[in-house]
Amino acid sequence: MAKAITMPQLGESVTEGTISKWLVQPGDKVKKYDPIADVTSDKVNAEIPSSYTGTITELIAKEDETIEVGELICYIDVGDTEENYSSDSQHKAPTQEKEVSEQAKHEPSMKNRYSPAVVRLAQEHDIDLKSVQGTGRSGRITRKDVENIIQQNKEIPKKVEDERTESVAPSPPQHVNTQHSHNISVGTNDEKIPVRGVRKATAANMVKSKQEIPHAWTMVEADVTDLVNYRNSIKEDFKKKEGFSITILAFVIKAAAEALKEFPDVNAVWGGDHIIRKNSVHISIAVAADDGLYVPVIRDADEKSIKGIAKAVSELAKKGRNGQLTIEDMQGGTFTVNNTGSFGSVQSVPIINHPQAAIMSLESIIKKPVVMEGDMIAIRSMVYLCLSLDHRMLDGLTVGRFLARIKEKLEDVQHFKGHIY
Amino acid sequence: MAVLSYIQAVTEALKEEMKRDDKVFILGEDVGPKGGVFRATDGLYEEFGEERVLDTPLAESAIAGVGIGAAMYGMRPVAEMQFADFIMPAVNQIISEAAKTRYRSNNDWNCPITIRAPYGGGVHGALYHSQSIEAMFANVPGLKIVMPSTPYDVKGLLKASIRDEDPVLFLEHKKAYRLVKGEVPDEEYTLPIGKADVKKEGNDVTVISYGLCLHLALQAAEKLEKEGFSVHVLDLRTVYPLDKEAIEEAASKTGKVLLITEDNKEGSVMGEVAAIIAERCLFDLDAPVQRLAGPDVPAMPYAPPLEKEFMIDLDTIESAIRDLAEF
Repeated sequence: MAKAITMPQLGESVTEGTISKWLVQPGDKVKKYDPIADVTSDKVNAEIPSSYTGTITELIAKEDETIEVGELICYIDVGDTEENYSSDSQHKAPTQEKEVSEQAKHEPSMKNRYSPAVVRLAQEHDIDLKSVQGTGRSGRITRKDVENIIQQNKEIPKKVEDERTESVAPSPPQHVNTQHSHNISVGTNDEKIPVRGVRKATAANMVKSKQEIPHAWTMVEADVTDLVNYRNSIKEDFKKKEGFSITILAFVIKAAAEALKEFPDVNAVWGGDHIIRKNSVHISIAVAADDGLYVPVIRDADEKSIKGIAKAVSELAKKGRNGQLTIEDMQGGTFTVNNTGSFGSVQSVPIINHPQAAIMSLESIIKKPVVMEGDMIAIRSMVYLCLSLDHRMLDGLTVGRFLARIKEKLEDVQHFKGHIY
Repeated sequence: MAVLSYIQAVTEALKEEMKRDDKVFILGEDVGPKGGVFRATDGLYEEFGEERVLDTPLAESAIAGVGIGAAMYGMRPVAEMQFADFIMPAVNQIISEAAKTRYRSNNDWNCPITIRAPYGGGVHGALYHSQSIEAMFANVPGLKIVMPSTPYDVKGLLKASIRDEDPVLFLEHKKAYRLVKGEVPDEEYTLPIGKADVKKEGNDVTVISYGLCLHLALQAAEKLEKEGFSVHVLDLRTVYPLDKEAIEEAASKTGKVLLITEDNKEGSVMGEVAAIIAERCLFDLDAPVQRLAGPDVPAMPYAPPLEKEFMIDLDTIESAIRDLAEF
């Protein structure tokens, strides 16, 4: 009995996934829950488990193809094993479906089986083979197909010049709302980089946030001289004892988590026609990796000590660099803290992490001459805290108070001294 | 331009060379007054006399050996093996003496002998009159193996072989003798040994062949042309040493290559052609290199249906080309 396996729901707000690698081939026997494919979805890599025990008969989705949730990815012949029967007896696979899959087995698709000549020509002429319609047996792309495209492409630029219009070489249609700029021409010295995976997800989210959310922006300056001195005094001992560093970011997250408890309006998400005030404080932090930006979450940050937060930051950053972040790690954030100072920024206007209400960035700590009480000038370690807010949910007053509270906490080092452990 | 049959081209070439050079003489079984079993030397005994057209005993080793000795002394012998199948007793003379003379004597001696032999099947010749023997000699540096397909090539290449300063094995397809006809210029000409020839230009599939099979390939190509498939046909003409540049060029042209020989498949010269393509053309290949050849059975059967089964025919070639074109 042939069963269809579809793209599973891989997490909240995930609508599609890209099969990055098939782990099975037609004819492979798999057990229920065995991984059958690697999939890249919104920001993470995950494995698709088999829904049944049986033999894979046909792979429908191609590697690097983006499939919507619920769409067919492969067929599996489950035989008549009881395990599958009992769990899924309500929808019986039509016999026709089996015939189709068996027919397909005799003629496996050759669409992605490239000859050396095809690969070489595609590389030399920068042709995306995914966009080429093969005329060979079982859809194979032949050398002639590629040569014809090269010939066509030679003719296209001439036409473009004649008509004085801008156009790119034929590219596959991509149904993403992040692509409004189709009419940008690719010059001969330019490199065309396909947008997929994390970059595509980031692009989609940023456009959504920026288009949907009315952003407002505010900034405060905090004197963190005492905090810096305190952290420097415990830094080495802490590292020796715990094996990871205690960073200023950990103190700032702690201060933000406490302030969020005091200002629950900021710890909220937009629900369309209502605002959802979140009880738990889950802080999203930005982690840079080679392939893009990930935003994992420190859960219940308000309940953690500074050490606990520092540890979470260190672990999430490590996972991000190694590409090990899971969907679980990324979900449920209620407020975002971004350490833009880590790459030298002194001011930034962050884009809100949809559907949260606000995002705060911690800028570089800079030593400045500051006028102190009694009109003395002193050299102090100063830092800007920048915050973007969703003006549908929040107003300047609430946010101003929220930021002032964080500033107050950061400037009063006594406040932290009992909370390291 | 006269239209000659394949065997007439042989006779013409022999006659012209004998006229041109007194040192050219013929030896072989029944080559004299009888004019050869296939009549290749017809009229030569009458024209040039018994001293230049020698009938020999049934002893191929002696035919080759006498020829080699005469060649080393400055003569230009053309030795005929009545059938290529009978060349076996002469193998030691050809491989160990003729092919190695120049090398062994450090260039003091050379051996300009031409050994003609009719090969190939399809004439109800059965076991001992149908074999293709080129592969056995196609691993012997010092020897050249010429296997022309058209009367034009036969004449030009046989004359070039006789004039060549080293031993040449000149293999003539016996079925082609009276089946294949073609135009041959009236004026004097020779063709270069070791050069393949493009017999037809095309850009969908490349067929590389030689001898009788080449004609079947051309016929199949013509048929397929009407269906819209454009076939490139390369005639090896010399199967040892191979024209590697021409093979590379022809294979790269389409990236889909069909190699056809009448010889048994495993170990035929086409294996070497495939290796040259693999070494030189990987990044131009668009399909696996295909070989069409005789089955790996000991000999050509006598029974007509079995002989037909052994021989490569037009339909087989046609479907093999179509298969590659559609790949």
